[in-house]
Amino acid sequence: MLLTREEVTQIAALARLALTDTEITLFQKQLTAILDYTALLQKLETGAVPPTATVLPLHTVLREDVPGACLRQDETLFNAPQTQAGYFLVPPIMVKE
Amino acid sequence: MSYEAIIGLEVHAQVQSRSKMYCACPVVEDTGDLQPNTYVCPVCLALPGSLPVVNRRAVELGVQAALALHCTVAPESVFARKSYFYPDLPKGYQISQYDLPLATDGYLEVQTGAGANRIRITRVHLEEDTGKLIHQQDGAWVDYNRAGVPLLEIVSAPDLRTVEEVRAYAMMLRADLVALGVNSGDMEKGALRFEANVSVRPVGAAALGTRTEIKNLNSFRALARAVEAEVQRQIATLESGRSIEQQTLGWDEARGATFVMRGKEHAHDYRYFPEPDIPPVQVSAAWIETLRAALPELPAARVQRFITTYGLRVAEAQLLSGESSVAAYFEAVMAAADGTVAAQDIANWITGEFFRLFKEHHLSMEQCRVTPLQLVRLQQLRQMRALSSTAAKAVLVEMFQTGEVPEVASERLGVLQLSDGVALQNWAERVIAANPTQVAQYLSGKSAVLGWLVGQIMATSQGRANPQQAREALLTALERWRSTS
Repeated sequence: MLLTREEVTQIAALARLALTDTEITLFQKQLTAILDYTALLQKLETGAVPPTATVLPLHTVLREDVPGACLRQDETLFNAPQTQAGYFLVPPIMVKE
Repeated sequence: MSYEAIIGLEVHAQVQSRSKMYCACPVVEDTGDLQPNTYVCPVCLALPGSLPVVNRRAVELGVQAALALHCTVAPESVFARKSYFYPDLPKGYQISQYDLPLATDGYLEVQTGAGANRIRITRVHLEEDTGKLIHQQDGAWVDYNRAGVPLLEIVSAPDLRTVEEVRAYAMMLRADLVALGVNSGDMEKGALRFEANVSVRPVGAAALGTRTEIKNLNSFRALARAVEAEVQRQIATLESGRSIEQQTLGWDEARGATFVMRGKEHAHDYRYFPEPDIPPVQVSAAWIETLRAALPELPAARVQRFITTYGLRVAEAQLLSGESSVAAYFEAVMAAADGTVAAQDIANWITGEFFRLFKEHHLSMEQCRVTPLQLVRLQQLRQMRALSSTAAKAVLVEMFQTGEVPEVASERLGVLQLSDGVALQNWAERVIAANPTQVAQYLSGKSAVLGWLVGQIMATSQGRANPQQAREALLTALERWRSTS
């Protein structure tokens, strides 16, 4: 089932990607091919299989509430593209419309 | 046309653990002078290769809150990634819970002037707080000290109908969370935050109206004002023939109005999926029972107990139960009194003069220098009429400041009323001798003069005579005068 151009644009917007018309056509086909392939799974009878959240044979892995060590501020900011007075600096964000 | 409001609340409460939700970074109190980005580690910074591990204490406190709210705790709950683009969390997603939350289907009973109402709780789940953004000209400054602090999200059904109910629900929830030790209740520091879903519909209509969501309400006042303003805005919109848009709103405290933040994102835009790095959490029946057994008495239960045990009125029982320290003090006073003073009188002292003094001096019960036994003695002096009502209040102020016992404070202030028979008799005789005209008037039947004569005793004694006993002494002396003259 072919994804609509609107759906591709919406997915791109969620990933903050600006696509050209050519790219939309390209990804429309590629994403549809991926969905069609994974749709094979729908053919399996899973009625008796409980939904699973993990493939690991583990549950309830907890940590005691004991404070530990932190990084130093200079270590924390070491790889940041931009910093300001001990803060990470990111491009301006519009909050109000 | 008349309308009714349909309101649901989402509450985010910081969980009082010592370390963060998924890593060992200390949870530190935000005193305002904390250096930014100093309580972070590779996990809460989302550095490659780091793995989150759930904090046991946060789970336990979450379960206890859920039990206090009469919820069903899920035998197995699952953490999930909620993806969104915003730099308040460095991962690009928040680890929250989605289709399998910690607990579901509870309720909180709220009491308002209109009576009691059971507000259903839809779900209780654990997640992580975000970092703080400071919006500046050059960009947003980001501090991740708060990122990863455990949050408990408590979602009510849209069962609230009035602003009064909204306030009562929020305050009761806060009181419960504080009593449980889940939350500090410190709203000025953002430890408890509200979001309100609001819609209106004509009274009697079955269908729900379109709802809006008001974010970031950080005080009871902001919550109540924002809900009230939004209800009125929606009614006005419908009345003018327009329709309500589904929107996310902010609250402008200065303007007293809501504003549009962004179009409502659909749930699937968050692309929730089970967090692959955290295996499901199972809470066994035995674990639940251990946590249930450790639950403290909650304020609502305490209100009931204060009403039945001490015969207090609802309003006073609520005032005394709001904070554990106040409730404990009241009970310590009642124990120390051992039946010698009335609960009502002690309640009056605490909710009246104590609260006034706390407010005036920015004190809390923990810092109060008046011991329970001292308050009992003060009330006993009052009952013996050794202190007038005004004098007793003045003595309490002294006791607050000096920590003195009431007898010493009253003595120093010179306000102890004298009930000494000999002294009273002397004063009565002196007053009779000094005021022959008035005495003659009284003896000829003008009984109204008696009050004036009592006033003379009070003046002579500089207010220290007990008025009732002064009156009796005067009557006796006058009769004696009548029979001898």
